[in-house]
Amino acid sequence: MSIVLENISKNFGAFSALDRINLEIPEGELVALLGPSGCGKTTLLRIIAGLERPDAGKVLLSGEDKTDLDVRKRGIGFVFQHYALFRHMTVFDNVAFGLRVKPKSSRPNESVIADKVHALLNLVHLDWLHDRFPDQLSGGQRQRIALARALAVEPNVLLLDEPFGALDASVRKELRLWLRHLHNELNVTTIFVTHDQEEAMEVASQIVVLNRGKIEQKGSPTQIYDEPKNDFVSQFIGHTNVFHLEQDDSAWLKNSGIVLDDTDGITAHVRPHHIGVEKLDGNAASPITLTDWQHLGATIRLELSNEGFNGTAKVIYAEMPSDQFKQSRLKRGDKVSVFIRQAHWFNLEKPHAPEAATNFYL
Amino acid sequence: MIAIPQEISTAKTSVTASALRDPDWLKYGLIAVALSFIFLFLCLPLGLVIFQAFSKGLVAFWEALSQPDTLAAIKLTLLTALITVPLNTVFGIAAAWAITRFEFKGKSFLTTLIDLPFSVSPVISGVIFVLLFGLQGVFGSWLSGHDIKIIFAVPGIILATLFVTFPFVARQLIPLMQEMGHEEEEAALSLGASGWQMFFQITLPNIKWALLYGVLLCNARAMGEFGAVSVVSGHIRGLTNTLPLQVEVSYNDYDVVGAFASASILASLAIVTLVLKTLLEWKQGIR
Amino acid sequence: MSQSQIMPGFKPALGYTLVYLSLVVLIPLSTLIFKSLQLSWEDYLAIITHKRIVASFQVSFGSALVAAAVASFFGLIIAWVLVRYTFAGQKFFDALIDLPFALPTAVAGIVLATIFQPNGFLGKLLLDTFGIQVAFKPLGIVVALIFISIPFVVRTVQPVLQEFDTSMEEAAASMGASRLQIFSKIIFPNLFPALLTGFALSFARGVGEYGSVIFIAGNLPYVSEIVPLLIVTKLEQYDMEGATAIALTMLVISFALLLVINLLQHWVRKRSGQ
Repeated sequence: MSIVLENISKNFGAFSALDRINLEIPEGELVALLGPSGCGKTTLLRIIAGLERPDAGKVLLSGEDKTDLDVRKRGIGFVFQHYALFRHMTVFDNVAFGLRVKPKSSRPNESVIADKVHALLNLVHLDWLHDRFPDQLSGGQRQRIALARALAVEPNVLLLDEPFGALDASVRKELRLWLRHLHNELNVTTIFVTHDQEEAMEVASQIVVLNRGKIEQKGSPTQIYDEPKNDFVSQFIGHTNVFHLEQDDSAWLKNSGIVLDDTDGITAHVRPHHIGVEKLDGNAASPITLTDWQHLGATIRLELSNEGFNGTAKVIYAEMPSDQFKQSRLKRGDKVSVFIRQAHWFNLEKPHAPEAATNFYL
Repeated sequence: MIAIPQEISTAKTSVTASALRDPDWLKYGLIAVALSFIFLFLCLPLGLVIFQAFSKGLVAFWEALSQPDTLAAIKLTLLTALITVPLNTVFGIAAAWAITRFEFKGKSFLTTLIDLPFSVSPVISGVIFVLLFGLQGVFGSWLSGHDIKIIFAVPGIILATLFVTFPFVARQLIPLMQEMGHEEEEAALSLGASGWQMFFQITLPNIKWALLYGVLLCNARAMGEFGAVSVVSGHIRGLTNTLPLQVEVSYNDYDVVGAFASASILASLAIVTLVLKTLLEWKQGIR
Repeated sequence: MSQSQIMPGFKPALGYTLVYLSLVVLIPLSTLIFKSLQLSWEDYLAIITHKRIVASFQVSFGSALVAAAVASFFGLIIAWVLVRYTFAGQKFFDALIDLPFALPTAVAGIVLATIFQPNGFLGKLLLDTFGIQVAFKPLGIVVALIFISIPFVVRTVQPVLQEFDTSMEEAAASMGASRLQIFSKIIFPNLFPALLTGFALSFARGVGEYGSVIFIAGNLPYVSEIVPLLIVTKLEQYDMEGATAIALTMLVISFALLLVINLLQHWVRKRSGQ
């Protein structure tokens, strides 16, 4: 089922949660609604589900206006952030619930229900837990049961609210890939909400970046990462060094490889892996010192201090493959030269909230 | 060299422990005070009811109970509870549903209003109905003109009891349902359940122990209410005396056995209530 | 928690609640106010400042105050003992604390009167050894109100004590505080809002209490006559104006107490961070 949102707005009192959202989601996509907390992503998901009504705008499902259609009749499957498993029912009864509450005329008989429930539990590899109660399950198991329960009513759209938010890091990694594979298998339009850009990049085929109730950018993970539309997206996805032409030393930037002539922007965003670092010999006059480095696995993160900007030191982060780092024999206190291979330019009209601007390596 | 830091650390532990634990003399002293108090104020009265009820033997106790007035009082007490408890239960569920599942203006005022009867003197709870339906009351002349009796009659007793007991169920449900949240209910709706299916299959199973707890307390108060009922009843023997009023009437007539026989029924009700309450608290995992 | 807009049943639930509340509570209560408006201010003052009525207010408030204070003291000890120590029969004693809630007040009244009357079990003992007569004296009212008040104090202090973060005590001990200092500087300040709430609840209940008091009080005008009893007496004498005036005064005081208690409970919740 395709989803079209037209001019969706939603206010909570004086707070504008969503401001004229327009979005098209074609059938079969796996979409991430990505944004910082409070950006309106969960509200948008709940509006698509019919759990919330928009103040203005339309929700079209398969081309038909379903804005005022009750959640019960939308044919959606919703997986809640904390799973909302019925605590007084077994796993089996939880999954069977959606089938058992159907009106008598369309309700399958118990043996059909049993077959279907076991098939779904097998799909999520948890049939052996069918007679347990929710509080006897681990977080990852609850998550998969919640998904099986949502799938039982054969929804046209699957909606997941922060599906991995409450899980341990290792379980989260595993379930991300599992969800992507499950989507490939079922091919049902799926939308999930997340604040974790890594998760969105890893799982989704399309990412919608939201901030303060507005869509900042929509596109494939590659588009979002390589061609960020604005400085918010650039800083929210991946890590970025920010250089301000007015505040920072433009001569130094030019020497480092940034082309200043044919740009209309005033801030340059540079990904750490787009910065090359070379060791200089001890006597060389360079304003840049390697102050610290961290081993991140396949890559090494370098912390560089630049003394040249207006007398105050500025920290620049660079990344290089660890093999290359070993060959370069860099150590703390070395003077280095820096080469910037690529930068994105933005015109900063109004400053963003501090957390968006400083969320560099937390 | 190594022994010194160890000595210091053990010394420190014992100092810390004594600062964290009450000395034994204090502990046993406090337990003694608490238990003497509980014994004098709680155990002794309870024991006395039973002792007094049977002081003249089982036969006298039985005779006191099987007096027509006492039997009528028991019947009226049961009738009152039978009417007020279901009404207040439905009210409690409706009020808790409205308050915990929706936002609306005046919600906190409504919540305060529900607590009101707890802070009003039972006598006043009776007086307001006398002012409304009594002979000199607002509807007094109209009612007497149509030959309808509310005050000094059963309807008045039921109204006064409704007033004093209506917060019990709502008060148990509101905090529980607030804490529960509505995710499970939303999940049921998203799976296609109707409103009633959601209520009976999801909400009710989740609140059933708290609901029973509220019903239990409501019932105990409905059967035991004295002040409010006393004002509206008129103390007409065999007609408008509930069991607590029967206790008063017998006691004032120096019928000690009769008074304590009625009292012992009410005391057993209290004991049953306490036992069930403890069981329900255990079921709910409170305390 | 954000509100849900799709939950069914808002109109019937709120509608039923409001209609029921209006019929059972609002209309009857407003009758009292409506009736009192028929009294002039001078009439009202004349009734309220009558000596016998002033005396009864003094008796009611005085004994409720003393009873609430005594109950707070012993209630704190009982709550402490029940939460901090373990001993045989603890669960039983814990359950028994609610007896005054569960026992009909008339039963409590005749039982306490029987125990404390001059030839009763405790009454005789107190009279013979100390020359103190409890029943049919103001002291009797205090005793009955202590009985009624105990669960209010214990049941408000107990949960706070249970949730009390003992690592605060450990922190204080690690900084060298003594047991007494820990209690007076760490534990008691954290319990205080709850204790005060328990006190206020007891006091509010004590001022309006009727059934458990009238049997033991003696009900002597100017000495041991409580306000609720005076209202009943006025009613029995068909003195509607008198009953209304006194009842309204009591109601206003109750509302004021309710407000204070709500504020106190808000304070307790804020203190315990819920």
